[in-house]
Amino acid sequence: MSSETQKILTTDGIPLEISLKKAEKKNKIKAFLLVAPLLLFIIITYIFPIGEMFTRSIDDRMITNMLPKTFKAMETWDGKELPPEEVFASFLADFKVLAEKKEHGKLGQRLNKEKNGFNTILKKLWRKMNKFEDGNTKEQIMEIHKRFRDVKYWQAIKRTAPPYTMAKYLKGMDMYYDEDGNVTQVEKDRRIHRILWLRTLEIAVVVTILCFLMGYPIAHLLAVLPMKYSNLLMICVLLPFWTSLLVRTASWMILLQQQGIVNDFFVMIGLVADDNRPEMMYNKTGTYIAMTQILLPFMVLPLYSVMKTISPSLMRAGKSLGGTPFVAFWKVYFPLTIPGIGAGCLLVFILAIGYYITPALVGGASGTLISNQIAYHMKETLDWSFASAMGLMLLTGVLAVYWVYNKLVGIDNIKLG
Amino acid sequence: MALPKYTETRYRIWHYLYLSICGFVFFFLIAPLFVIFPLSFNAEEFLVFSEGMKRLDPDAFSLRWYHDMVYGTKNPWGLAAKNSFIIAIFATIGAVILGTVAALGLSSRHMPYKGLIMATLISPMIVPLIISGVAIFFFIAKIGLAATHLGIVIAHIILGTPFVVITVTATLSGFDHSVTRAAASLGSNPVNTFMKITLPLILPGVISGALFAFVTSFDEVVVVLFLAGLDNTTIPIQMWTGLREQLSPTILAVATCLIILSTLILVTAELLRRRSERLRGINR
Repeated sequence: MSSETQKILTTDGIPLEISLKKAEKKNKIKAFLLVAPLLLFIIITYIFPIGEMFTRSIDDRMITNMLPKTFKAMETWDGKELPPEEVFASFLADFKVLAEKKEHGKLGQRLNKEKNGFNTILKKLWRKMNKFEDGNTKEQIMEIHKRFRDVKYWQAIKRTAPPYTMAKYLKGMDMYYDEDGNVTQVEKDRRIHRILWLRTLEIAVVVTILCFLMGYPIAHLLAVLPMKYSNLLMICVLLPFWTSLLVRTASWMILLQQQGIVNDFFVMIGLVADDNRPEMMYNKTGTYIAMTQILLPFMVLPLYSVMKTISPSLMRAGKSLGGTPFVAFWKVYFPLTIPGIGAGCLLVFILAIGYYITPALVGGASGTLISNQIAYHMKETLDWSFASAMGLMLLTGVLAVYWVYNKLVGIDNIKLG
Repeated sequence: MALPKYTETRYRIWHYLYLSICGFVFFFLIAPLFVIFPLSFNAEEFLVFSEGMKRLDPDAFSLRWYHDMVYGTKNPWGLAAKNSFIIAIFATIGAVILGTVAALGLSSRHMPYKGLIMATLISPMIVPLIISGVAIFFFIAKIGLAATHLGIVIAHIILGTPFVVITVTATLSGFDHSVTRAAASLGSNPVNTFMKITLPLILPGVISGALFAFVTSFDEVVVVLFLAGLDNTTIPIQMWTGLREQLSPTILAVATCLIILSTLILVTAELLRRRSERLRGINR
């Protein structure tokens, strides 16, 4: 081999290196063009709307657009003492515009949320609106009601100036901005959202653990049995997997009702008295049972696909080196299944945390989870910004779980089916 | 799984305990599905086994709930089934075309930013459904397609494509790219090569992806609840409403039909998976 580098040329006379680079680039573009339609589709229909959820959740432009002049005038006001004449005059001007559009009521409601008592004084202002004389608006407004002389009310208006607010996120954690603009917790007996978050987490964790405890043995059995038996048993896992979620929920509703088969069985074996049948539905027990059965295939399938690759001779080697079957299992087999455990638990946990159909049907009053609350605000109260805020809080939690999982197990170790 | 003769008693006990645990779990998984069958033939209106049924008295069984499902007054099921099938079929077609083409690009070794793009494409699968539902609703409502079939189809394409992308890329991972080069060297254009060489080879992956997409759409209730109007009611919505209001035996008749459908899908999916494994030479 000669040490001097001689440029290799293609038949066109272009150096091979450049020609290859060109071909590479062409291939890259080709591959990208194939992916582009779906990528664009997902970005436009899915990723952007998730971003829109964010802007919606912090959006507070309504009031900003209602009082444009006032906020402009307030920019120079330090917010410590009563604002100058200019602010009063602009406020009156803005208010007159709103009154013409018949939107002053909305302003009153919105400001009343910020500081109690706004609605009344704005109504009073509206009645006297046409009696204003030119000049010295400050004095005239302050004449209308003593609250207009209270600086706190003007501070409340100033607080609503920014076009965005974190109020919805605070509401999702049972907190709010009080009249002085501090973050405050709501009263103890009204902290519903925190209960829901905790309940959602609790149900997701318990269901994940139950699925793991039940899924691990059968995944192992499926992996070690000869094909002809395991294929048959695999149907027990796959048939529920392919069956409609609502069908499975319906069957649990039949099984778990008070006159249902499970209770019949308990009475028959004498576990409970016939007139004292336990409630197994419309409480947490029902939710746990039904959700575990519904999500179990998602635990078994990744576990199975990992266990299938573990050679049985490893366990034999462990035993032949003096380990008891338990030690061999714990030191050899179990560590090898960790990617499967990770994938299964992650899958079940993520599915469980966003679940609401089954809990809503079999969970009764305790079956309301954070997802139900999101759906409720989307469909009933139409408070879409609050629904968005809670959705994004949930999404943040889920992403955090992914992140932790990636640190612990590595996201590439996920194996599906 | 026979134990060797020399097994100590405590391991023997442990082994049988393990087998019975497994037996219980398998029973737990499959038994609930079989409760629905007999009860859907109940002649009475209650959702418990009547005395007659326990005696296997033929009079205690009837097809009245199936009759009710098909011919019942103000019957919502016919419309729901029609809608469900139309939506699921179009959503599947959309998801398969978009997903397969994208998978072809993704499995090319020249693809830049593969990880990031893959994560984006499968994100609808890994984000909790309720969040996807809210986001998709905002989009569909904005383009004015709420309460239309097309809107729901688009939503279900979004939810279905990740499955197609995953199954087809998995099939393509065992794909020998030299056959497409051979076809090209013999003068075939890329489209022709895809239709005649690549597609037949990856077809099992494409079909099982299509089955996933179909089932996802057919069984989807969270997003449809946001999007559907009165004219777009689907089977899952009807079941959801029915289960919330009153558990009627008609629902069980519908559920039985759905179980039969899922059995068919399961069998197809399994056959395809085995065929695909055989082709890829995975089967030992």
